[in-house]
Amino acid sequence: MRKLALVVAVLTGALLLYAATDFPMWGDPESPASASPISKHFIAKTGVDTEVPNMVTAVLADYRGFDTMFETIVIFIAGMAIIAILKRTGADADKPATKRENEVAAAPDLIVTNTVRLLVPVIQLFALYVLAHGHVSPGGGFQGGVIMGASFILVALAWDLPTAMDRLSVDRAVMLASVGILLYAGIGLFSMLLGGEFLDYAELSHVLPVSREMARYHAMLGVEIGVAFTVTAVMFAIYANLSTQGRLEGGL
Amino acid sequence: MSGLEIFNVFILIFLVVAAVISLRVKDLLTASMIFGIYSFLMCLLWAEMGAVDVAFTEAAVGAGVSTVFLVATVFNVKRRSSD
Repeated sequence: MRKLALVVAVLTGALLLYAATDFPMWGDPESPASASPISKHFIAKTGVDTEVPNMVTAVLADYRGFDTMFETIVIFIAGMAIIAILKRTGADADKPATKRENEVAAAPDLIVTNTVRLLVPVIQLFALYVLAHGHVSPGGGFQGGVIMGASFILVALAWDLPTAMDRLSVDRAVMLASVGILLYAGIGLFSMLLGGEFLDYAELSHVLPVSREMARYHAMLGVEIGVAFTVTAVMFAIYANLSTQGRLEGGL
Repeated sequence: MSGLEIFNVFILIFLVVAAVISLRVKDLLTASMIFGIYSFLMCLLWAEMGAVDVAFTEAAVGAGVSTVFLVATVFNVKRRSSD
C-alpha cells in the first residue's frame, strides 16, 4: 500500500514539474500577470486614486477589500473552532490532564525572563510600526497582528501561561477579535450609509475633512487596524488552548 | 549561471532535502523544527524574487507562530512517531 502511495506521489510530482516548464520566465513583461489590463490599471491608478505608495496594500485593502474582510472572518472562525474543540468547561473541567512525557516543573529562568522583559516592548513597538507603515513599506495589518500575537506568546513561553493571561485573557481575546471584524465591516457599512457602495471608502470624505483620495488612505489604515486586532487575539487564543489542552493552566 | 541562479538552486535543493527529512525522521519534535526550516527557506526565496510582503508574512507566520503551535501540540502527545 505504501509503495502505491509512493508511486502516486512521484507521478504527481513529475506531472507538476512538467507543467512548470510551461511557466513564463520570471520577470517577463509579456507574461499574463504583467500584461493583463488589470495589472496595468492597478499600477497606473493606485497612486492617483488612493495616494498609497505600497501597491500590494492598496490592492489588498481597497481594490480587493471584500476578499480581505472574508479572510479576516476565516481567521476568526478558525480561532473559534479551536476554542470550541479544545476548551474544557462544565463536566469535563475536573478530569486530570494527561501526563506529558518529559514533564518538568521548572521555575522561570533568570536569563530568559530578563531578556524577554527587555525584548517584548521593542517587539510590540515594531508590530505597531509594521501596522502603521504598511502603506509605504512592506507590512500591513496581518503581519503586524501576527508579530503582536507572537509577543504575547513569548511572554507565555518565558514565564508561564497565567502570567501572559493576566495581560490578555482568552475572554478578552475573543472580544478583541470580534471588535476587529466589527471595525472592518463597520467601516464598510458606514460608507454605505453615506451613499456609496459597501466598502467604498471615498464616501468617508463627507464626514472627514480630507479629500476623496486621502479618505481612502485613512480608511485603509482603519481596516488594517481591524485585521491586526483579530489576528493578534486569535493567535494568542489558539496558543493558550493548544498548549494546555484547553485547560488554560500550567503551560509549555 | 549567475550568482542569483546558483542561490536559487541551492535553496531549492535544501527545500527538497528538508521535505524528505521531515517525513523520514522519527522524532516529532525534530519534524516540527524542519517544518520551520522549510518555511524560512520559502521566505528567503520569495524575498529574493522581490515579493517582500509575502516573505514578511511567511517569516512571521511560518517560522514564528506556526512552529510554536506545532511544538505545543507535540509536547501534548507522544514524541515518537509510530510509523
